[in-house]
Amino acid sequence: MQDLLYFSQQLINGLTIGSAYALIAIGYTMVYGIIGMINFAHGEIYMIGAYTALIAITGLTALGAAWLPLILIVALVCAMIVSSSMGWAVERVAYRPVRGRHRLIPLISAIGMSIFLQNYVHLAQGSRNIGFPDLIEGGFQFGSDDAFQMSLSYMQITIFITTLICMTALSLFISRSRTGRACRAVSQDLGMASLLGIDTNRIISATFIIGAALAAVAGLLLGMYYGSIDPLFGFIAGLKAFTAAVLGGIGSIPGAMLGGLILGVSESMTSGYLSGEYKDVVSFGLLILILLFKPTGLLGKPEVEKI
Amino acid sequence: MAANNYKHALFCAIVTLIISFPILGLNLEAEGVKITVTGAETSTHIAILLAAVVVFVFQAFRDSFMGALGKLPKLNPLVNKKPMEQSKRVKLESWIMTGLVVLALFWPFFVSRGSVDLATLVLIYIMLALGLNVVVGLAGLLDLGYVAFYAVGAYTFALLSEYLGASFWVALPAGALLAALFGLVLGFPVLRLRGDYLAIVTLGFGEIIRILLNNWTNLTGGPNGIGGIPDPTLFGMEFGRRVKEEGNTSFHETFGIAYSGEHKVIFLYLIALVLAVITALVIRRFMRMPVGRAWEALREDEIAARSLGLSRTAVKLSAFTIGAFFAGFAGTVFASKQGFISPESFVFLESAIILAIVVLGGMGSQLGVILAAIAVTILPELAREFSEYRMLIFGAAMVLMMVWRPQGMLPMRRIHIKLKKQE
Amino acid sequence: MLEVQNLSMRFGGLLAVDQVTLDVQEREIVSIIGPNGAGKTTVFNCMSGFYKPSGGKILFEGKEVQGKPDHKISKLGMVRTFQHVRLFTQMSVVENLLVAQHRHLNTNMLAGLLGTPNYKEREQKALDRAAYWLERVGLLELANRDAGNLAYGQQRRLEIARCMVTEPKLLMLDEPAAGLNPAETKELNQLIISLKEDYNVSVVLIEHDMSLVMDISDRINVINQGRPLASGTPEEIRQNDDVIKAYLGEA
Repeated sequence: MQDLLYFSQQLINGLTIGSAYALIAIGYTMVYGIIGMINFAHGEIYMIGAYTALIAITGLTALGAAWLPLILIVALVCAMIVSSSMGWAVERVAYRPVRGRHRLIPLISAIGMSIFLQNYVHLAQGSRNIGFPDLIEGGFQFGSDDAFQMSLSYMQITIFITTLICMTALSLFISRSRTGRACRAVSQDLGMASLLGIDTNRIISATFIIGAALAAVAGLLLGMYYGSIDPLFGFIAGLKAFTAAVLGGIGSIPGAMLGGLILGVSESMTSGYLSGEYKDVVSFGLLILILLFKPTGLLGKPEVEKI
Repeated sequence: MAANNYKHALFCAIVTLIISFPILGLNLEAEGVKITVTGAETSTHIAILLAAVVVFVFQAFRDSFMGALGKLPKLNPLVNKKPMEQSKRVKLESWIMTGLVVLALFWPFFVSRGSVDLATLVLIYIMLALGLNVVVGLAGLLDLGYVAFYAVGAYTFALLSEYLGASFWVALPAGALLAALFGLVLGFPVLRLRGDYLAIVTLGFGEIIRILLNNWTNLTGGPNGIGGIPDPTLFGMEFGRRVKEEGNTSFHETFGIAYSGEHKVIFLYLIALVLAVITALVIRRFMRMPVGRAWEALREDEIAARSLGLSRTAVKLSAFTIGAFFAGFAGTVFASKQGFISPESFVFLESAIILAIVVLGGMGSQLGVILAAIAVTILPELAREFSEYRMLIFGAAMVLMMVWRPQGMLPMRRIHIKLKKQE
Repeated sequence: MLEVQNLSMRFGGLLAVDQVTLDVQEREIVSIIGPNGAGKTTVFNCMSGFYKPSGGKILFEGKEVQGKPDHKISKLGMVRTFQHVRLFTQMSVVENLLVAQHRHLNTNMLAGLLGTPNYKEREQKALDRAAYWLERVGLLELANRDAGNLAYGQQRRLEIARCMVTEPKLLMLDEPAAGLNPAETKELNQLIISLKEDYNVSVVLIEHDMSLVMDISDRINVINQGRPLASGTPEEIRQNDDVIKAYLGEA
């Protein structure tokens, strides 16, 4: 019984983190699906989302706002707007001019962008980590008082529900809306789509905006969940989310969700049963193994080498 | 058209405000557990507004700006000058290199100890950048975990000296060879991967090695690192005030001169200089050898290279291993210079700095890489205010280089080859 | 010297090449023709080792080579050019030829670093061979130009020279005349014949330019929709009803 409770606790923790990873991973996978580049700066977009949310929350509280849902929703909207604008601007400044060049050139540009944004926030907000207020407190407890207690916090439930809403909205958007259909067309064949009169530049911008907005949601959620943020907050999370995207099959949106969950669970299991120090080793190891043995991931489509 | 332009410009200006105001204009401050938001100074707000205005004006009159820029080169007096002949330019570059080395040889005797110490660091970065240049610039493999091999070199020396009492001269080849071995072993599985995946996997490897160093406390001392790494000796002569190891003599006593802490610093600097020169010469030689040409061929067109009988794995692996070898070299010197190492010196940021040097120097060109290494290491020291903005500027510079001059400031020149007419 | 027996290649559900059989004798020019998308280049990709065929055998000088890695196949003496020219564009013309001679060079790194006599001798030989072929295809003056800066026709010739410095036994040319003007095509025509006559190389040719194919081929294989349609001398192909139908469409 004890063991089962402990296991379930790790599972819940893993799924919580994993669903947030999935939100970030969407941004990697959509961008890769459409223009075939790794948006290395995506982790920083997420970090900026978290900072904006914290600024908004603190500001609203100082102004006297007291109703929690209002604070959270306003913070979320602010974070999404700032991150999306950042995502859009980054694509315009650093990626569009190098699109179509040798594969490494956009990647180096993206790494430069990532370093730039990290230091931009570092200089503006300082390098120390800042505590994120614990706005959603409490939760359910399972198990007896004198032994291991499994807890499912309201925060975790909030993360699940928010992720679920975002993913549903995204799926509907991709399958139903005009822009969503255009997105799919462009990811199938960019050249063909532009011949058919789709404004590919607009679609690519839209992809960056959507990915950034979802990353901002994750930024707010994980900022609250972890309880503190710093300018390096996005780097590791970005790598993890990229791993999730690759795991699920880069380019595939359901793959990103699946990959996020698997990665989150395997990390929390490592922390729970081995040591928290090695959870990063496990996720990087996982990334390396997948790329080596199944580069198309779990749900990705194979690529045929063109000659 | 014009209205459209203004609309777009307005949009860009608003985006500029959105992305800069919350982050720059509102500062989070933590006082104990309480967090407050304060507005930034007025000058920052003015700067943000100014930036938005500049973006608006630029976007609104973009076409005319670009037109004007297009005409600009005509004002440039150099534009009508013929580009220097290739063979001449290659010669000029080697003269500059020789000049730099000669200058570097005498220079430490006239400057302060701190400057010599800094110069040693520059030389370490030169070694690292030249080594990474083989991997990234010549072979076209983006290695984001390069710092791992640097760490292997440094830790080899630290561990060998701690457990076996090995000296610098034993550790130098051992560190380089072990780093090369790591390159070989890590490289073997990953080199089948496509360029961008390779980059991420090497980044993962680099992080794994760092995490292992951090957590393998029994062996590496974990985050506390390893100290007491000995200085190099010169034919059994030590540079300390007192001789530490039996059988050694001390440098100042042998030559009958007064003890000075500077001797040691200068000696280490000279070792670093010699090693850097060796690195440069060996790699230069590689570039003219079949293996160097194979690296470049694989970078240019992998499929064609394979169709001509080049083995993708063997060629990539050789680049990876050789790059790692020189990183190991640099690591040993670094460990000796610091006397103390910890995993903190081998974070991703370090890989990024070395990559920035290679990118700024013009992937492939040695002189470019050397000048970039000097600039990147020394500028932040010269202007303290600059050092805060160092990484910000590096990041921006990497983006700008990719957009405007992906071949770097000093693009690589082909070696001129004379051919005899065959009958 | 080359025999392809019942070669098949499947991509997912698509059977791109179906039971193709052909053979090349020494000092022979054999062409593969067929409408666009007939699977000609796929046959080439299987022969040169880029694809692992799904079925069938490829024998080169009596040895099975299907499924071998590409760089090993080229070492046996089968080299190819590409439909879209693939040069090392940022390397100089002569360097392109040196890369190709990897097999003939002393690639021992130590020998290279020390500059041993054997290393120097082989390097010089490679340079001489490069010079010879550059002269042969009329590019000697441009030896130190970046390959990417050559005109299109010159790039095509450089690609052939790059194959020839490897001293192949069998040369596979994938649409060598594509994008050439009539004068250049004529030069190419002579060059290919001379490769066979003077250098004892067998040639497999994929080509759309019918005049070129008919002029120089000893034998022709026609492929349609992945399947072999006909084979024979140019004269026989010209009169084959199936071929005419395939090219003109069934009316």
